[in-house]
Amino acid sequence: MEKSVPDLLERSRRVRELVIRMIHESETAGHYGGSLSCVDILVCLYFSSMKHRPNEPDWEDRDRFVLSKGHAAPALYAVLAEAGYFPIRNLWSFKKFGSTLQGHPDMKLVPGVEMSTGSLGQGLSVAVGMALAGKLDRKSYRVNVLLGDGEIDEGSVWEAAMAASHYQLDNLTAVLDRNNLQVSGFTESHMRIEPVAEKWKAFGWTVIEIDGHDPRQILSALGSADQNSVKPLLIIARTVKGKGIDFLENKIGSHSCTLTSEQFAQVMQRLKGTPPG
Amino acid sequence: MRKNLGEKSTRDAYGEALLRLGESDSRIVALDADLSSSTRTSKFAEKFPDRFFNLGVAEQNLYAVAAGMSTCGKIPFASTFAVFATERALNQIKQCIAYPALNVNIAATHSGFTSSGDGASHQGLTDMAFMRCLPNMTVIAPADATQTEKAIRAAAAHDGPVYVRLGKIDVPILFDPDSDFRIGRAVLVREGSDITVLVTGILLSQTITAAEIAEKKGIDVELIHVHTVKPIDREMLVRSATKTRCVLTVEDHSIVGGLGSAAAEVYAQYHPVPLTMVGVADVFGESGEIEQLYEKHGLTAVQIADKIRIAVQRK
Repeated sequence: MEKSVPDLLERSRRVRELVIRMIHESETAGHYGGSLSCVDILVCLYFSSMKHRPNEPDWEDRDRFVLSKGHAAPALYAVLAEAGYFPIRNLWSFKKFGSTLQGHPDMKLVPGVEMSTGSLGQGLSVAVGMALAGKLDRKSYRVNVLLGDGEIDEGSVWEAAMAASHYQLDNLTAVLDRNNLQVSGFTESHMRIEPVAEKWKAFGWTVIEIDGHDPRQILSALGSADQNSVKPLLIIARTVKGKGIDFLENKIGSHSCTLTSEQFAQVMQRLKGTPPG
Repeated sequence: MRKNLGEKSTRDAYGEALLRLGESDSRIVALDADLSSSTRTSKFAEKFPDRFFNLGVAEQNLYAVAAGMSTCGKIPFASTFAVFATERALNQIKQCIAYPALNVNIAATHSGFTSSGDGASHQGLTDMAFMRCLPNMTVIAPADATQTEKAIRAAAAHDGPVYVRLGKIDVPILFDPDSDFRIGRAVLVREGSDITVLVTGILLSQTITAAEIAEKKGIDVELIHVHTVKPIDREMLVRSATKTRCVLTVEDHSIVGGLGSAAAEVYAQYHPVPLTMVGVADVFGESGEIEQLYEKHGLTAVQIADKIRIAVQRK
């Protein structure tokens, strides 16, 4: 898998194109905002950091990834398709009747999806289970999980955070997609989560804060898990909701919305013109 | 049936069965939410500390962790009281276990009125209703220690989620170790021609007595123990009712969503007959001795026998 930053940026650009086209072609309102905020994180995981085999999705030593914020399914589907888990053309069936690509990910239907998610606040617990199983089997695989910042309002996240620390799951990395917005508006206006780093530290986690759109910082943070001992790792990835669609960036309405045909054409044109790097 | 095999609670039988299963299969893991001394997963924990996980008082986390372990090849048994398993963690059980149809086994104790003195907050009177409505979920309520052992083995071997409903109190051991047990196959306890009585879980003993009382009054009861409430043994239920032309159900559970409802779903659609439901009539429980609670809700042998007498008159 490629490691160079320009390659990763170009991959992110392509994934953003796929995400936007996939949602637009579904002909329904879609989760542009939260899908686009986590693209760079997922690209760094699947195209550099994680050990995995797209042609052998059940390889038992693979690193795991759980998309706890399941509404970012378009980003996961696009990355999995780009990585070769299934054909790109499948993406155009997203959310359509009879499609394997449900509105939220279904592990039974999509190769590479490790857990069926969509109901928030559960993925970290699932990842804890995977990490415990890995320890039990003396496997070296890592378990990664992506949490939304609105999602951590769910109390069950904190049950899982406590358990991860109690069981010293140093094979577990959680990435918090800190795009500052939840459905109703800014997290800090609706349900304040700050000081979020201090909360996770108090729960016994190592916490790193990074720019979640900079591959260098993402890779460095993911890589630091290897030097980490005893504690699970939380990466607070500061991101922009809707990243890549200028008029949606950091906008309250970007959680779930539609694009007009003109907006779509304009957005795709601009993305093409974005030089890598 | 009705030999002197002693008494044992189904939770004790679960603890022993889990231990034996753990000895023969290293994939078995046990999880609990701070109640392992009560659910009897403590036996497994003592023998296999590495494969036992006490997740603390956190049921939502408990069941989603079990799901994650299952995806990595483990066969989890995750236990707490019936009320907490099915109500505190219902969405985790639905989203992470039932929807992906994982082999996660929910062994829940203190079901029905068996946590008697603890009152409504601790009595599991609606657990089968919650579990029964989840697609992919199998729901088993064993009658005794023998069936519990068999149910636990069957649950581990079954490729999908299983809810096993267990009790706190000692109940007579009714089945021989070599008795047949298959998920989805009800057990014909006694043949009869006047009424079909369906019972699930640990109320089998008093229902047998009720059938004997009814017999003295000239009513020939066909008694069927429905250990698997889902998928229910439709074939046996319909065959029996075709012969007897009336049915009565017995359960230590709300008649909303439990065995009575499951039987009604079968009979209304496939073989309409008069159906009488004996169980908890959509009310909350309360503190008391188990005998007092059974009496209040019509679950003693004498009361069941009387309901049988009335039910037969509905033909």
